[in-house]
Amino acid sequence: MTIPRFWREIPIRYNLMGSKCPLCGTVFFPPKEICKICRRVSIDQMIHEKLSGRGTILTHTTVHEAPTDFESQVPYYLAIIELDEGPSVLGQIADCTNGDLAIGKRVHSVFRRVSEDGVSGTIHYGYKFVLDHSR
Amino acid sequence: MREVAILGTGITRFREIWDKSFKRLGIEAGLEAIQDSGIQGKNIDALFIGNMASGLFIRQEHIASLVAEEVGLTLNNTPAIRVEGGDAAGGLALAQGFSAVAAGIYDVVVVGGAEKMSDLPGASIVETIASSIDQEWECFFGATQPSLWAMMARRHMHDYGTKREQIAKIAVKNHNNGSLNPKAQFPFKVTLENVLSAPPVCEPLTTLEAAPISDGAAAVVLCSLEKAREYTSEPVVIKGVGLATDSLALHDRMSLTTCKVTSVAAERALNMAGVNIKDIDVAEVHDSFTISELMAMEDLGFVEKGKGGEAVDDGITKLGGDIPINTSGGLKARGNPLGATGIAQAVEIYHQLKGKADSRQVADARFGLTHNMGGSGGTAVIHVMEAV
Amino acid sequence: MNSGIVSYGAYIPFYRIDPESIGRQWGRNGADVGKALGVKMKSVPAQDEDAATMAVEASRCALKRAGIHPQDIGAIFVGSESHPYAVKPTATIVGEALEATPGLMAADMEFACKAGTAGMQNSMGLVMSKMVKYALAIGTDTAQGAPGNALEYTAAAGAAAFIIGLENTIATINHTVSFTTDTPDFWRRGGMKYPSHGGRFTGQPAYFRHVVSCGKELFSLAGTAPEDYQFAVFHQPNSKFPSKAGKMLGFSQQQLSEGLIVKEIGNTYSAASMIGLASVLDNANPGDRILLVSYGSGAGADGFDITVTPGIETFRKGINKTIREWISNYQLVDYGTYAKNLKKYKMEGE
Repeated sequence: MTIPRFWREIPIRYNLMGSKCPLCGTVFFPPKEICKICRRVSIDQMIHEKLSGRGTILTHTTVHEAPTDFESQVPYYLAIIELDEGPSVLGQIADCTNGDLAIGKRVHSVFRRVSEDGVSGTIHYGYKFVLDHSR
Repeated sequence: MREVAILGTGITRFREIWDKSFKRLGIEAGLEAIQDSGIQGKNIDALFIGNMASGLFIRQEHIASLVAEEVGLTLNNTPAIRVEGGDAAGGLALAQGFSAVAAGIYDVVVVGGAEKMSDLPGASIVETIASSIDQEWECFFGATQPSLWAMMARRHMHDYGTKREQIAKIAVKNHNNGSLNPKAQFPFKVTLENVLSAPPVCEPLTTLEAAPISDGAAAVVLCSLEKAREYTSEPVVIKGVGLATDSLALHDRMSLTTCKVTSVAAERALNMAGVNIKDIDVAEVHDSFTISELMAMEDLGFVEKGKGGEAVDDGITKLGGDIPINTSGGLKARGNPLGATGIAQAVEIYHQLKGKADSRQVADARFGLTHNMGGSGGTAVIHVMEAV
Repeated sequence: MNSGIVSYGAYIPFYRIDPESIGRQWGRNGADVGKALGVKMKSVPAQDEDAATMAVEASRCALKRAGIHPQDIGAIFVGSESHPYAVKPTATIVGEALEATPGLMAADMEFACKAGTAGMQNSMGLVMSKMVKYALAIGTDTAQGAPGNALEYTAAAGAAAFIIGLENTIATINHTVSFTTDTPDFWRRGGMKYPSHGGRFTGQPAYFRHVVSCGKELFSLAGTAPEDYQFAVFHQPNSKFPSKAGKMLGFSQQQLSEGLIVKEIGNTYSAASMIGLASVLDNANPGDRILLVSYGSGAGADGFDITVTPGIETFRKGINKTIREWISNYQLVDYGTYAKNLKKYKMEGE
């Protein structure tokens, strides 16, 4: 990922900054400029909403065939997590092994290295999740 | 609105075709379709090409001009348009060609689909396929297309008690069909044991449940039904077209076990065609993974939600079953050159409705359906066809 | 007015390796080496952890425990000898991840294993001069020992973060003093992956001279004696060194034991004495007096004379794991995993 493309999303990637529609109360992550429910009337109304990072695993997989930047991490664990504030998010589950994961388990977010642009490029930090009871 | 018919088809064999370039594949399928239809180059009003990622696979955009030149359409400066929508590119191109003819803008159009994947190394292909899912909020974290479908499979098993074997059996069936298709990439059978014990891609899915990496192209010639009658007494008519779009990222969608784009696009296409899903005699569905076909069976309405696994056990989608699905071998066994897939599906249904599907022929097939999807379910395109 | 510790947090990775596994790789009796060093195992970072990620986790914990608004943090100092970038501050990554930017003074510190406590001293200066309301000092390291080198049995990973301020303190820092000379006992030249050291030279003229001299300076500055302290914490490259230094200064094993965590997680370098201090604070009562002496090769020692305030009683340490809880939450890995996580393999294209 190129530098500006990573950099402009830092608040979202480091701190789970989402947005909330004050009209209908729906929380979005990543943040939306327009509420997809209220649409036109929500323009310029959306407010920042920092998410707690706490949520529940909706589904998960163990990845064995990875893209180039992730080949050294194989096998790694991906999940879709329903955050307590409402939105769902995809993320890696860190510090776990196959068999630890299950639909319905509780997780919380942590700050990790997600990838790096080779050995001389920038490091991409961001959120991952860990199981509540293991860590 | 005018009725639109398919006049002829062309298709290359799908596989890693080391000695043929993107251009060559496109020409091969295009010329075959033109010859099959009996039209001449001067009759062609426009060319539509479905392609997903030529910019990433071969660093060539603007491929419509490239292909037009090679098939001799630049002499008259015939318009050529590339259509992109992830791996639904082929189906979308067909819908665009259909609309142009139906609206009376053009009389005869060639719609092609092509992809040249094997020029890139393996991990780069994984990345390029993943360009049809969300780069910022899925790929950034290491997600790939198979990982998303694997997560849908896991949730489907959880919610509906779908068994691992039921999902895997879809690969067995599609390989079986592929063994009857001389143009299939994998014209051989596999056993359930082979599928389950293959190396994992993304758990629970194995490599034998994922569509392969393929080069290939396919093309159809479309024209108004009125004009089609000048060439053939038994045209195949596109009776209904349905398109639907949903969010790019899987986690933004309402359900992890339903592709809403499929059910909505199906409803639209069937309404337009004025037929019921029960009337469909044969279907080509987007089995980029085994689970994709299982979910499509449910989302198209062939079976109730959650009953896909049982239906697989009952064998209703096999050749000779109530609703044979992917008689060509599907993306799994026929091959999946992304942008070509939607057109290849139309080619198979055309052959079935014309009674030219040889040993995989579905008896008395009147209505056929194609279902082409982009990414993990961001786009679906459905065509309903009838032999008249 | 004295400054003090307003809050603290720590982070220790989930993985450990034991000396047996390391010894087995290099044809040595690892169990004997571990026993001689007084190290049962050492912490190993996950593949996706580094000095920055651990610093963020420790600091987020510290902020949460004190309920401090991140915008009230005026300065961040990150002490480490394993900063993820050679040029590009870790402190900016931490600052952004804490939402303490942009009105923020931020700098990386380097002084071998005492870079973190150097940050504490800088923080005290800024707070006492009222240049900032709160300052955050972090010690964090994913320490590396060359494969097969003696350092490999102890070089570990961890982080500790201390918020320094004038008000709402849980412990007052009564005095601080440093003892610094040019003593090349341990170093790493630019571009080198692993550090080098002077073998036995790291002992008497380096660690012991600086730690003991600094401790004595502190006694004289504070007008105290060993018996005035409930706890003493020293830099802990192994169990032997701090025990011996403590004895030389007149402390009993009982005063040392709470702050001696090296035997469970190894030497976390810049974080080592600070995690020791965190462990002591986890168990301290109002009025308890703590002596802390860090040590950084090259060489120097920073001494702190600390008194625990009644604020400790309402301090919400339960918001995250205590040091004992971090220590007891682990999984052992083999040498191959450890080597992969610490990037000891040279990959294709490197």
